Amino acid sequence: MIRVRNLVKNFGSFTAVDDVSFDVEEGEIFAFLGPNGAGKTTTIKMLTTLLQPTSGTMELDGLDPQKQQNEARKRFGIVFQDPSLDGDLTAWENMEFHGVLYHVPHKARRQRSERLLKLFELWDRRGDQVKKFSGGMKRRLEIARGFLHMPRILFLDEPTLGLDPQSRNQLWNIVKQVNEAEKVTVFLTTHYMDEADRVAHRIGIIDHGRLVAQGTPKAIKEQTGKESLEEAFLALTGTIIRDESAGAADQMRQFAKMWEKR
Amino acid sequence: MSAIYILWLRELKRYVRSRAQMVASLGQPMLYLLVLGFGLGPVFQRAGNGSYLQFVAPGVIGMTVLFSSVFSGIGLLWDRQLGFLKEMLVAPVPRLQIMIGRTLGGATVAVIQGLLVMGICLLAGFRPQSFLTVPLAMGFMVAIALVFAGLGVAIGSSLQDMQGFQLIMNFLVLPIYFLSGALFPLVGLPKVLAVITRLDPLAYGIDGMRAVLLGKSAFNPVTDVLVLVVVGTVLLVVGAYRFSKIEI
Repeated sequence: MIRVRNLVKNFGSFTAVDDVSFDVEEGEIFAFLGPNGAGKTTTIKMLTTLLQPTSGTMELDGLDPQKQQNEARKRFGIVFQDPSLDGDLTAWENMEFHGVLYHVPHKARRQRSERLLKLFELWDRRGDQVKKFSGGMKRRLEIARGFLHMPRILFLDEPTLGLDPQSRNQLWNIVKQVNEAEKVTVFLTTHYMDEADRVAHRIGIIDHGRLVAQGTPKAIKEQTGKESLEEAFLALTGTIIRDESAGAADQMRQFAKMWEKR
Repeated sequence: MSAIYILWLRELKRYVRSRAQMVASLGQPMLYLLVLGFGLGPVFQRAGNGSYLQFVAPGVIGMTVLFSSVFSGIGLLWDRQLGFLKEMLVAPVPRLQIMIGRTLGGATVAVIQGLLVMGICLLAGFRPQSFLTVPLAMGFMVAIALVFAGLGVAIGSSLQDMQGFQLIMNFLVLPIYFLSGALFPLVGLPKVLAVITRLDPLAYGIDGMRAVLLGKSAFNPVTDVLVLVVVGTVLLVVGAYRFSKIEI
C-alpha cells in the first residue's frame, strides 16, 4: 500500500531523511519510531505531498504522490503532529470544512461528523469556537476530523501527544477497529513505545534520517535481546537526548499564543 | 466548486466573528477622512479645487480596500504558522481552487469594508454626483480588491514569518497608498512623482472611482479599467503560481 525506495530529503547541507526504503502492506498498522528530529515528520510530509523529496521514489496505493497529487490525496487522511484547526471556526464547522474539501456527500458528512464528535465527546461543544477548547479537546477534534472521510491510508503523526489515558485508549481502540473492519492501512509515529508495541503489526526505527531496524515488535526485541520495546529502542538509538531547533513556525506559534491571551 | 465556496465562506465567517478587528480597521480611514478632510479643507478650497472631503473620500475608500485585500493575502502567513494551511494543502482539491476561494473571500471582505467606509463618508457629508453611480464605484472596489488580493497571496505564499511583514508594509503597501493620489490630485505634479504615480495600480482604481462618483478624473476611465484588469490578471496569475509552490 505504501512503498518507499531510497528516499532522501536534504535541507541545505542537512540530510533529514537519508536513503530510507520500506513497504507497508494493505491493512497493516506500521509504527514509525525515532527520537526527536530523526526524520519521521519529514517522511510523512513527503508521503502526504507537502514536501518534495530530494531523490527517491514513493508509492501510495500505486500512485506517485509527487506526480498524481490529487489522486493520492484522496487516498489518505492525516492527523498532524502540530495543530491544524481553525480556531475561529466552531468544532462543527471545522468538520464541515474538512468534509467539503474531501467531497464527502452532504448526508454522510453530517452523520459521520455527529457520530465522531459523540465518540470523542465533543458533541456538546460542537457550536463553540475551537480557540476556546483545551489542548486535549483540540487534539480529539483533529483525530475525529481525520476519520471523517474514510481514507484508505491513515497517517497519524504523534496522535496521542497531550491526550489523557482515557482518550488515548479510545483512540487506539478506534484505530484498531477501522483497521480491522475497513482494512484501513495505518502509518503512525509515537514516542510511547508501549502503544507501538500494543497496536503495531510492524515497526520501523529511524535515527538521524536512516532506518536502523525494521520488523515486528517481537523481532525487534529479539534482534536486540531486550525484554521491552523501550529498551530495544534505546539500544538501537542510544541514550543521548536530541534537541530540535525551534523553527520559525514554533516561534510564531508562541507569539500567537501571547497575542491570544492579551 | 464546493471547495471554492467553503473557502470563501470561511473568510467571511472569520471576518464577521472578529468584530474588534472590523472596528479597528475602520479607525485609520476615519482619521484620514475626518482629520485631513476637514483639516486640509480650507487650504484646498482656497487653491480653487473645491471640497477636499469630496476629493479625499474615494481615496480613503480605495485605501480601505487596499489594506483589507493585501492583509487577507498575507493572512496566509497566519494560516501557515497556526497550522491550518496544512489542512488545506493536503486536501484533494487543486491548489488553484484553494487560492481562488481564499482570494475571493478576502476580496469580498475588502469590498464590504470599502462599502462601510463609503457609508461613513456619506455620514461625514460626502455626496456623489448621483447615487446611481455607486454600483459603478463598487465595480472599481472589486477591481482594486482583486488586484491587491492577488498581490497579497503572492507575498503571503513567499514569506516564512512575520519579520518580513513590516518590510512589506513600509516599503510596499504604504507607498502604494501614498503614491496613488488618494490624498492629492494627480495633476501638475513634479515629473518624477508624476511618473511614479502612473506606475501605481491603485492610482487607476481611485481615479476610476473619482470619475464615476465625482465626474472628475486625472485619466480616462477606460484606461483605468484596462490597467486594473491587466494588472489584476497578472498579479492573480503570479499569486496562483507562488501559492502552488508552497512547501511546509
